[in-house]
Amino acid sequence: MKSSVIVFPGSNCDRDIAVALEKMQFKNQMIWHKETTLPKSDLIVIPGGFSYGDYLRSGAIAGKSSIINEVIKAANSGCLILGICNGFQILTETGLLKGTLLRNKNLKFINKDVYIKVMNTASRFTSKYQNNQILKINIAHNEGNYFTDKKHREELQKENLIAFKYCDESGNISQNSNPNGALDNIAGIFNLKKNILGMMPHPERMVDKFISNDDGVNLFSSLIN
Amino acid sequence: MKFSVTVTLKKDVLDPQGKVVQTTLKNLGFAELRSVRQGKFFEVEVDELDQRKAEIKIKEMCEKLLVNLIIEDYKIVKI
Repeated sequence: MKSSVIVFPGSNCDRDIAVALEKMQFKNQMIWHKETTLPKSDLIVIPGGFSYGDYLRSGAIAGKSSIINEVIKAANSGCLILGICNGFQILTETGLLKGTLLRNKNLKFINKDVYIKVMNTASRFTSKYQNNQILKINIAHNEGNYFTDKKHREELQKENLIAFKYCDESGNISQNSNPNGALDNIAGIFNLKKNILGMMPHPERMVDKFISNDDGVNLFSSLIN
Repeated sequence: MKFSVTVTLKKDVLDPQGKVVQTTLKNLGFAELRSVRQGKFFEVEVDELDQRKAEIKIKEMCEKLLVNLIIEDYKIVKI
């Protein structure tokens, strides 16, 4: 499978995701944001980081860059798109995913391993997980507080578009297990066609037992299947 | 022609920064303080002599980039 990782000035998880993708046998290419065409890809990843120094709003400037038009075209023709952390913020700024990521409720940058629950395994991103499986995955962000309007909140529930929710070690989803104030503990969502996933946690940091754990591996093996 | 654009969080969106500023002002003794909302301010200058046309352009700029309409409101004023 071919993948492309889009690199913006200020992206800083691009190398990590490239290493994870290659480990999982993807043929990966790095694409600088000034490119105006994309190589044919089965998966496009928008990595984490601080594109354009988070100027204006996190993801706002990257969301209007020239390569993004190509990403939108690819997304609309069904290409798989994964946005992690800043990548999720960029996807909401492009309108490919609805809602937005507000500043963390406690106003602090949070970098820690948290527990998330897999809410829907009927997708190209999550099919190798078990329903309600609990994963331990790192988060590192200042704006991860997911927010959306009432209509979209209902759509997320009705269409089963919530991919992951923050929970505690035993899987309880409550305010106590919500690190950043996100609406309904949302950690990741799909678009309606489920070819786009945006998530705040970093699965690419969880692909090796010797440095963390391998809870992120099944996301990539779902994709390659 | 110059305009000011003020961007504020919508009423029902939590503004944790505004809340912290509010609490600090209270702690400084401003007992009459009711609430603080934090926002952003832009000064935008355009080459256009017709005010109505200029305002339409600025509105477009707001909706395309300056404002996230899901969470923010904006106000354009000629200066």
